[in-house]
Amino acid sequence: MSRWLRAGLPLLVFLLIAFFLLKGLDRNPREIPSALLNRAAPTGALANLSPLEGFEHPLQFQELSGQVWMLNVWGSWCSGCQIEHPLLNHMAQERLLPIVGLAWKDAPAQSKQWLSRLGNPYATVLMDLQGKAAIEWGVYGAPETFLIDKTNTIRFKHVGPLTAEVIDRQLRPMIERLKQ
Amino acid sequence: MTAELGHLALALAMLSGLCLAVFPSLGVWRRDTRLMAMASPVAYWQLLLVLIAFVCLIENFISHDFSNQLVANHSNRDLPFWYRVAASWGSHEGSMLLWILMLALWTAALAAFSGKLPQSMRARVLAVLGAVSIGFYLFALLTSNPFERVVPAPINGRDLNPLLQDPGMVFHPPLLYMGYVGFAVAFAFAIAGLIEGRFDSAWARWVRPWTNIAWGFLSLGICLGSFWAYYELGWGGWWFWDPVENASFMPWLTGTALIHSLAVTEKRGNFRSWTVLLAIMSFSLSLLGTFLVRSGVLTSVHAFATDPTRGVFILIFLCIVIGGSLSLYALRAHTVHSSQAYGLLSRESMLLANNIVMVVAMFAVLLGTLYPLALDSLDLGKISVGPPYFDAVFVPLMLPALFLMAIGPLSRWRDTPMLPLIDRMRWAFAASLLIALLLPFTASEDYKPMTALGLWLALWIAAAVLLNAAENMKSPSARMDASRLLLQPGSWWGMQLAHLGVASFVMGVSLVNSYEIEIEKKLAPGDVLKIDKDLSLRYAETLQRRGPNYEAIQVRFELLEGQRVVGELRPEKRRYNSSKMVMTEAGIRRSLLGDLYIALGEAHGDGWLTRVQRKPAVNWIWIGVLMMGLGGFWAAGDARYRRSPVTRFAAPGLHQASSKAEGQTG
Repeated sequence: MSRWLRAGLPLLVFLLIAFFLLKGLDRNPREIPSALLNRAAPTGALANLSPLEGFEHPLQFQELSGQVWMLNVWGSWCSGCQIEHPLLNHMAQERLLPIVGLAWKDAPAQSKQWLSRLGNPYATVLMDLQGKAAIEWGVYGAPETFLIDKTNTIRFKHVGPLTAEVIDRQLRPMIERLKQ
Repeated sequence: MTAELGHLALALAMLSGLCLAVFPSLGVWRRDTRLMAMASPVAYWQLLLVLIAFVCLIENFISHDFSNQLVANHSNRDLPFWYRVAASWGSHEGSMLLWILMLALWTAALAAFSGKLPQSMRARVLAVLGAVSIGFYLFALLTSNPFERVVPAPINGRDLNPLLQDPGMVFHPPLLYMGYVGFAVAFAFAIAGLIEGRFDSAWARWVRPWTNIAWGFLSLGICLGSFWAYYELGWGGWWFWDPVENASFMPWLTGTALIHSLAVTEKRGNFRSWTVLLAIMSFSLSLLGTFLVRSGVLTSVHAFATDPTRGVFILIFLCIVIGGSLSLYALRAHTVHSSQAYGLLSRESMLLANNIVMVVAMFAVLLGTLYPLALDSLDLGKISVGPPYFDAVFVPLMLPALFLMAIGPLSRWRDTPMLPLIDRMRWAFAASLLIALLLPFTASEDYKPMTALGLWLALWIAAAVLLNAAENMKSPSARMDASRLLLQPGSWWGMQLAHLGVASFVMGVSLVNSYEIEIEKKLAPGDVLKIDKDLSLRYAETLQRRGPNYEAIQVRFELLEGQRVVGELRPEKRRYNSSKMVMTEAGIRRSLLGDLYIALGEAHGDGWLTRVQRKPAVNWIWIGVLMMGLGGFWAAGDARYRRSPVTRFAAPGLHQASSKAEGQTG
């Protein structure tokens, strides 16, 4: 019996892994249905956070109510964030809408370095050192992006790096619509 | 037209893959030597057809044929020639074709260089490779056709991601895939061995050179990838524990275990089931890596174009290949038992320790890569495991392995008397410890124990290599004679080089982690930044530069020693014309002692926010991995793998006896 067990153990381990892979397949990590979609944005969780020094200007977080804005969750440790960063910079240059950055579990010094190296698209950067606000927002992983409308309702969520396609096909039309 | 030709060639190649899987196996079954002999010519045909398909794809890219979907999505009229060539594997479909090409290359190489193998073994091994290739052909033809047309053809293409527009893209994927796919050969030998019930030293001697070469390529591929990330991503880091990096690292870990376990199987006839299992695991992890990267199960820097239907396909394929081979293993494992006794302090136990550490490390990486996925599958939420996890798990695992690595090659097979070994190694131990404890004092004020530990292990391994060389220089009359080293076989040289490479790697990692400095400052033309008491950096001027498909702002910095200019660095900000993406190109001044690394941040008035990093000994990391890879090639070139078994052994029955005799000396 133990001989068979020993011989079959590798197979069992593989089957276990295969099971998780199968379950993982129908979960596209980029399209996670958010329980928060079309609900009020938990802005309260953001209000307690202190902004990253030197990157809070020209817009204070409190001024956002009544505007269409975007929350982008990122961290200097996150490789996907670097991929989408030029696109965010581009959006900021176009002055499409204010983007609030949520620096998730990131050392402030690292965040600063990152932004000064890659450019700062954010109207303000909030530091979520313990990741509590991210939990309130139901953040799965970085990068993640939320679109919030004038009535403070979450209208759109994207998990993973933004792509030019997502911005042009989904975000931009939605922003135009929400702005009216 | 070319695209259709490529498509046709690929379809025909699949047919030859099918022939390769079926006819030789049929031949073995019916003991028909003519059917078995079909294997090699079919393997050459397959290579030719795949080459045609691949050349067609490259031609599409070179000639800007934007009616090919792939070209339209990943190329552009302004893209320079070599990047157009590289763009052909810069996409999902193209990289699958590259995978297929590599597999065809290995298969043909095996057909060409396996003349000494018994015919049935040769036929079986080639048939397994053919069977594996069918899965990839189906995958490419059904779900990721690289020759898809688009009507109407766009006027210009969308361009290759600027991050990939680098010489690294030309060499990194082919080298990496060469290694990845190369483990298919060891895998095929394992399956053929399981079917035939043959795992003697001769079997191990056939597998070893192939495995060493595959492992060497994988090492070089990983090395180049890390080197590329270092200068291209602009963070100055050299390893990020990104899921795709992990996907290439896992087969490397088990591959490392495999090449060591094979040594025991060849010399002592031991560890046979381990070896088989490791061969299966290494290739399975290569496949798993492909699955993780291509299916969209995990997101990462490398995850371009993902698609769940592809995921389903790869998963089924994975289950057939891995599940099938592990089932075969479970059924046949009892036939591969080997129990030669060995002592606690022997080369066998040292190699066993190596195997265990490598496999545990692999599982740690696998866990870190799949854990988020597993939790998610069980509806326990999504989490991400970052570098902190990997660092915390990896370092304590590797420390004892590095310590034992020095002892392993100096210990003897079967049993090593403890006291003479201590006697031989005491000076190496004392000297490496002393230097490691004292050296950090000279470098900086604050003493870091971890630096000393890292240095000690590096020096300890290097000292053991020297000791090994010195002992081999001793002639019977106890005179030192360096020319005696030339008598050592290629596998000895390869091992020493690779182990020295590990020492260099450890040295580089401990120095760069302990002594790197980072200064960040706004600098304008004329400003001088002091780096240390001798060196300073002067912002000389801002330049405009036009690249083939980008505009760049370049800052010229002069490196000053006192008042004398000793060099210059030119970091850049590039804006690519087609995608409008801005890329940071670091300015690096390299030397063996360490790099000076400058990256530009944001513009401030007429100057730039500038990040200056000093990375002591960072190049030792890649030099070390390079040495490991070359060591793998050197060992594969050992003359004993080329010797024909007929001249070597009088009769098959002598296999065991002669390998035992060799075990005493080697």
